Amino acid sequence: MTVTRPGPTDGEGGEGGEVLAIASDHDVVRVRQAVRSAAVGANLSLVDQTKVITAASELARNTLTHGGGGHAWLCEVSNGRRTGVRVEFVDRGPGIADLAEALMDGFTTGTGLGLGLSGARRLVDEFEIDSVPGEGTRVTVVKWSR
Amino acid sequence: MERVPVLNLGDVLLVSIQIDLSDDIALRLQDDLAERIVATGARGVIIDITALDIVDSFVGRTLSTIAGISRVLDATTVVVGMRPAVAITLVELGLSLSGVATALNVELGLQRLRQALSDGTAAPAPSRDLVR
Repeated sequence: MTVTRPGPTDGEGGEGGEVLAIASDHDVVRVRQAVRSAAVGANLSLVDQTKVITAASELARNTLTHGGGGHAWLCEVSNGRRTGVRVEFVDRGPGIADLAEALMDGFTTGTGLGLGLSGARRLVDEFEIDSVPGEGTRVTVVKWSR
Repeated sequence: MERVPVLNLGDVLLVSIQIDLSDDIALRLQDDLAERIVATGARGVIIDITALDIVDSFVGRTLSTIAGISRVLDATTVVVGMRPAVAITLVELGLSLSGVATALNVELGLQRLRQALSDGTAAPAPSRDLVR
Protein backbone atom coordinates (compact mmCIF):
# COMPACT_ATOMS: atom_id res chain seq x y z
CA MET A 1 0.00 0.00 0.00
CA THR A 2 1.28 3.44 -0.77
CA VAL A 3 0.03 6.64 0.65
CA THR A 4 -0.49 8.96 -2.27
CA ARG A 5 0.91 11.98 -0.51
CA PRO A 6 3.32 12.31 2.36
CA GLY A 7 1.55 12.90 5.61
CA PRO A 8 2.20 14.34 8.99
CA THR A 9 4.06 12.51 11.66
CA ASP A 10 2.55 12.02 15.05
CA GLY A 11 0.57 15.03 16.11
CA GLU A 12 1.90 17.48 13.59
CA GLY A 13 0.14 19.08 10.69
CA GLY A 14 1.44 18.08 7.30
CA GLU A 15 1.01 18.73 3.64
CA GLY A 16 -0.60 15.40 2.75
CA GLY A 17 -4.20 14.66 3.36
CA GLU A 18 -6.18 16.51 5.93
CA VAL A 19 -5.64 16.82 9.65
CA LEU A 20 -8.74 17.43 11.76
CA ALA A 21 -8.69 18.29 15.43
CA ILE A 22 -11.01 16.29 17.66
CA ALA A 23 -11.89 18.31 20.72
CA SER A 24 -15.70 18.39 20.81
CA ASP A 25 -18.86 16.59 19.72
CA HIS A 26 -19.00 18.91 16.77
CA ASP A 27 -15.52 17.85 15.66
CA VAL A 28 -16.74 14.25 15.54
CA VAL A 29 -19.39 15.41 13.05
CA ARG A 30 -16.72 17.27 11.05
CA VAL A 31 -14.58 14.14 10.87
CA ARG A 32 -17.57 12.18 9.56
CA GLN A 33 -18.21 14.80 6.89
CA ALA A 34 -14.58 14.85 5.80
CA VAL A 35 -14.44 11.04 5.64
CA ARG A 36 -17.63 11.08 3.57
CA SER A 37 -16.06 13.40 0.97
CA ALA A 38 -12.89 11.32 0.85
CA ALA A 39 -14.89 8.09 0.49
CA VAL A 40 -16.84 9.55 -2.40
CA GLY A 41 -13.57 10.75 -3.94
CA ALA A 42 -12.06 7.26 -3.63
CA ASN A 43 -15.04 5.74 -5.47
CA LEU A 44 -16.30 3.67 -2.59
CA SER A 45 -19.75 2.16 -3.02
CA LEU A 46 -22.59 3.63 -1.00
CA VAL A 47 -22.49 0.75 1.49
CA ASP A 48 -18.72 1.02 1.88
CA GLN A 49 -18.97 4.78 2.31
CA THR A 50 -21.52 4.23 5.05
CA LYS A 51 -19.32 1.64 6.74
CA VAL A 52 -16.18 3.75 6.79
CA ILE A 53 -18.03 6.89 7.91
CA THR A 54 -19.63 4.90 10.73
CA ALA A 55 -16.28 3.40 11.76
CA ALA A 56 -14.73 6.88 11.73
CA SER A 57 -17.54 8.17 13.89
CA GLU A 58 -16.93 5.46 16.49
CA LEU A 59 -13.18 6.02 16.49
CA ALA A 60 -13.41 9.81 16.60
CA ARG A 61 -15.72 9.50 19.59
CA ASN A 62 -13.19 7.20 21.28
CA THR A 63 -10.46 9.76 20.64
CA LEU A 64 -12.63 12.39 22.29
CA THR A 65 -14.08 10.49 25.23
CA HIS A 66 -11.29 8.05 26.09
CA GLY A 67 -8.28 9.88 24.70
CA GLY A 68 -9.31 13.30 25.94
CA GLY A 69 -9.23 14.64 22.38
CA GLY A 70 -6.65 14.41 19.65
CA HIS A 71 -6.74 14.48 15.89
CA ALA A 72 -7.64 12.50 12.81
CA TRP A 73 -5.42 12.38 9.76
CA LEU A 74 -7.36 11.56 6.65
CA CYS A 75 -5.97 10.75 3.21
CA GLU A 76 -6.81 8.94 0.05
CA VAL A 77 -4.62 5.94 -0.73
CA SER A 78 -3.96 3.73 -3.71
CA ASN A 79 -2.33 0.37 -4.18
CA GLY A 80 -2.12 0.69 -7.95
CA ARG A 81 -5.26 -1.32 -8.48
CA ARG A 82 -7.73 0.14 -6.05
CA THR A 83 -8.30 3.42 -4.32
CA GLY A 84 -9.27 3.80 -0.72
CA VAL A 85 -9.54 5.98 2.31
CA ARG A 86 -7.14 5.87 5.21
CA VAL A 87 -7.86 7.52 8.54
CA GLU A 88 -5.56 7.66 11.51
CA PHE A 89 -6.84 8.65 14.94
CA VAL A 90 -4.28 9.84 17.44
CA ASP A 91 -4.67 10.85 21.04
CA ARG A 92 -2.33 11.38 23.96
CA GLY A 93 -4.72 10.00 26.51
CA PRO A 94 -4.24 7.27 29.09
CA GLY A 95 -3.79 4.54 26.48
CA ILE A 96 -5.18 1.04 26.61
CA ALA A 97 -3.54 -1.48 28.92
CA ASP A 98 -5.09 -4.61 27.46
CA LEU A 99 -5.69 -4.29 23.72
CA ALA A 100 -7.11 -7.78 23.29
CA GLU A 101 -9.70 -7.07 25.93
CA ALA A 102 -10.51 -3.64 24.49
CA LEU A 103 -11.17 -5.21 21.09
CA MET A 104 -13.77 -7.63 22.41
CA ASP A 105 -17.44 -6.98 21.74
CA GLY A 106 -19.09 -5.56 24.80
CA PHE A 107 -15.92 -4.42 26.50
CA THR A 108 -16.58 -1.00 27.93
CA THR A 109 -15.03 1.30 30.47
CA GLY A 110 -18.45 2.24 31.64
CA THR A 111 -20.54 4.56 29.54
CA GLY A 112 -20.90 3.08 26.08
CA LEU A 113 -22.06 -0.13 24.52
CA GLY A 114 -18.57 -1.47 24.04
CA LEU A 115 -19.02 -1.67 20.29
CA GLY A 116 -16.77 1.21 19.29
CA LEU A 117 -13.45 -0.51 18.66
CA SER A 118 -14.67 -4.01 17.85
CA GLY A 119 -17.52 -2.72 15.68
CA ALA A 120 -15.29 -0.27 13.83
CA ARG A 121 -12.83 -3.06 13.10
CA ARG A 122 -15.57 -5.12 11.44
CA LEU A 123 -16.54 -2.22 9.19
CA VAL A 124 -13.15 -1.62 7.58
CA ASP A 125 -10.65 -3.62 5.50
CA GLU A 126 -7.52 -2.80 7.49
CA PHE A 127 -7.33 -2.01 11.16
CA GLU A 128 -4.26 -1.27 13.20
CA ILE A 129 -4.01 -0.18 16.79
CA ASP A 130 -1.04 0.95 18.84
CA SER A 131 -1.40 2.01 22.38
CA VAL A 132 1.05 2.78 25.13
CA PRO A 133 -0.39 3.18 28.62
CA GLY A 134 0.26 6.70 29.79
CA GLU A 135 1.20 7.90 26.32
CA GLY A 136 -1.75 7.53 24.04
CA THR A 137 -3.43 5.55 21.33
CA ARG A 138 -3.23 5.46 17.57
CA VAL A 139 -5.83 3.64 15.48
CA THR A 140 -5.45 3.42 11.71
CA VAL A 141 -8.15 2.14 9.39
CA VAL A 142 -8.32 1.69 5.62
CA LYS A 143 -11.34 0.99 3.46
CA TRP A 144 -10.72 0.06 -0.18
CA SER A 145 -12.96 0.42 -3.20
CA ARG A 146 -14.17 -2.93 -4.59
CA MET B 1 -26.88 24.45 19.98
CA GLU B 2 -29.03 23.21 17.14
CA ARG B 3 -32.22 21.36 18.00
CA VAL B 4 -34.20 18.72 16.19
CA PRO B 5 -37.78 20.01 15.82
CA VAL B 6 -40.61 17.91 17.27
CA LEU B 7 -43.97 18.31 15.53
CA ASN B 8 -47.40 17.61 16.99
CA LEU B 9 -49.71 15.52 14.79
CA GLY B 10 -52.82 14.81 16.86
CA ASP B 11 -51.72 12.30 19.49
CA VAL B 12 -48.48 11.58 17.66
CA LEU B 13 -45.18 13.40 17.87
CA LEU B 14 -43.27 13.48 14.60
CA VAL B 15 -39.53 13.97 14.52
CA SER B 16 -37.72 14.25 11.23
CA ILE B 17 -33.97 14.36 11.72
CA GLN B 18 -32.57 16.57 8.98
CA ILE B 19 -29.17 17.41 10.41
CA ASP B 20 -25.98 15.51 11.00
CA LEU B 21 -26.54 14.47 14.62
CA SER B 22 -23.83 15.27 17.09
CA ASP B 23 -23.97 13.41 20.39
CA ASP B 24 -25.16 16.43 22.34
CA ILE B 25 -27.98 17.15 19.88
CA ALA B 26 -29.06 13.50 20.05
CA LEU B 27 -29.18 13.65 23.86
CA ARG B 28 -31.12 16.88 23.74
CA LEU B 29 -33.68 15.27 21.42
CA GLN B 30 -34.05 12.46 23.96
CA ASP B 31 -34.81 14.98 26.73
CA ASP B 32 -37.08 17.12 24.53
CA LEU B 33 -39.14 14.10 23.52
CA ALA B 34 -39.66 12.94 27.09
CA GLU B 35 -40.93 16.39 28.03
CA ARG B 36 -43.14 16.70 24.98
CA ILE B 37 -44.72 13.28 25.51
CA VAL B 38 -45.74 14.25 29.02
CA ALA B 39 -46.79 17.79 28.06
CA THR B 40 -48.97 16.69 25.13
CA GLY B 41 -50.08 13.26 26.31
CA ALA B 42 -48.88 11.85 22.99
CA ARG B 43 -49.44 8.12 22.52
CA GLY B 44 -47.00 7.66 19.70
CA VAL B 45 -43.65 8.94 18.46
CA ILE B 46 -42.42 8.64 14.91
CA ILE B 47 -38.74 9.28 14.28
CA ASP B 48 -37.91 9.69 10.62
CA ILE B 49 -34.24 8.97 9.89
CA THR B 50 -34.50 9.06 6.08
CA ALA B 51 -31.96 11.87 5.96
CA LEU B 52 -29.42 10.18 8.23
CA ASP B 53 -26.60 8.68 6.23
CA ILE B 54 -25.15 6.89 9.22
CA VAL B 55 -26.40 5.54 12.53
CA ASP B 56 -23.48 4.79 14.78
CA SER B 57 -23.55 3.15 18.19
CA PHE B 58 -24.31 6.39 19.98
CA VAL B 59 -27.28 7.32 17.81
CA GLY B 60 -28.47 3.70 17.85
CA ARG B 61 -28.34 3.62 21.61
CA THR B 62 -30.15 6.97 21.78
CA LEU B 63 -32.95 5.57 19.60
CA SER B 64 -33.26 2.57 21.93
CA THR B 65 -33.31 4.83 24.96
CA ILE B 66 -35.97 7.07 23.42
CA ALA B 67 -38.11 4.00 22.72
CA GLY B 68 -37.64 2.89 26.34
CA ILE B 69 -38.46 6.28 27.80
CA SER B 70 -41.60 6.61 25.66
CA ARG B 71 -42.70 3.14 26.68
CA VAL B 72 -42.66 4.01 30.36
CA LEU B 73 -44.48 7.23 29.51
CA ASP B 74 -47.21 5.18 27.78
CA ALA B 75 -46.24 6.04 24.22
CA THR B 76 -45.01 3.86 21.38
CA THR B 77 -42.00 4.78 19.26
CA VAL B 78 -41.54 3.76 15.65
CA VAL B 79 -38.32 4.56 13.79
CA VAL B 80 -38.92 4.96 10.07
CA GLY B 81 -36.96 5.49 6.87
CA MET B 82 -33.73 3.68 7.60
CA ARG B 83 -31.58 3.51 4.47
CA PRO B 84 -30.47 0.06 3.29
CA ALA B 85 -26.77 0.91 3.65
CA VAL B 86 -27.43 2.11 7.19
CA ALA B 87 -29.23 -1.13 8.07
CA ILE B 88 -26.36 -3.22 6.68
CA THR B 89 -23.78 -1.18 8.58
CA LEU B 90 -25.72 -1.25 11.85
CA VAL B 91 -25.96 -5.02 11.81
CA GLU B 92 -22.29 -5.40 10.96
CA LEU B 93 -21.39 -2.95 13.70
CA GLY B 94 -23.14 -5.33 16.06
CA LEU B 95 -25.93 -3.04 17.10
CA SER B 96 -29.32 -4.42 17.94
CA LEU B 97 -31.92 -1.72 18.14
CA SER B 98 -33.51 -3.66 20.93
CA GLY B 99 -37.03 -2.63 21.76
CA VAL B 100 -37.25 -0.29 18.79
CA ALA B 101 -40.12 -0.83 16.39
CA THR B 102 -39.36 0.16 12.81
CA ALA B 103 -41.29 0.77 9.61
CA LEU B 104 -40.12 1.59 6.11
CA ASN B 105 -41.70 5.03 5.91
CA VAL B 106 -43.79 7.56 7.81
CA GLU B 107 -47.07 6.27 6.37
CA LEU B 108 -46.38 2.67 7.42
CA GLY B 109 -45.13 3.91 10.75
CA LEU B 110 -48.41 5.75 11.38
CA GLN B 111 -50.34 2.61 10.42
CA ARG B 112 -48.32 0.64 12.91
CA LEU B 113 -49.00 3.14 15.64
CA ARG B 114 -52.76 3.15 14.88
CA GLN B 115 -52.80 -0.62 15.08
CA ALA B 116 -50.89 -0.66 18.35
CA LEU B 117 -53.20 1.95 19.85
CA SER B 118 -56.44 0.27 18.72
CA ASP B 119 -55.20 -3.06 20.05
CA GLY B 120 -55.01 -1.26 23.35
CA THR B 121 -51.45 -2.31 23.89
CA ALA B 122 -49.16 0.62 24.29
CA ALA B 123 -46.00 -0.98 23.02
CA PRO B 124 -46.14 -3.59 20.26
CA ALA B 125 -43.53 -6.26 20.07
CA PRO B 126 -41.10 -4.84 17.52
CA SER B 127 -41.52 -6.96 14.43
CA ARG B 128 -38.70 -5.47 12.45
CA ASP B 129 -36.20 -5.38 15.25
CA LEU B 130 -32.86 -5.72 13.52
CA VAL B 131 -30.74 -8.17 15.43
CA ARG B 132 -31.22 -10.22 18.52
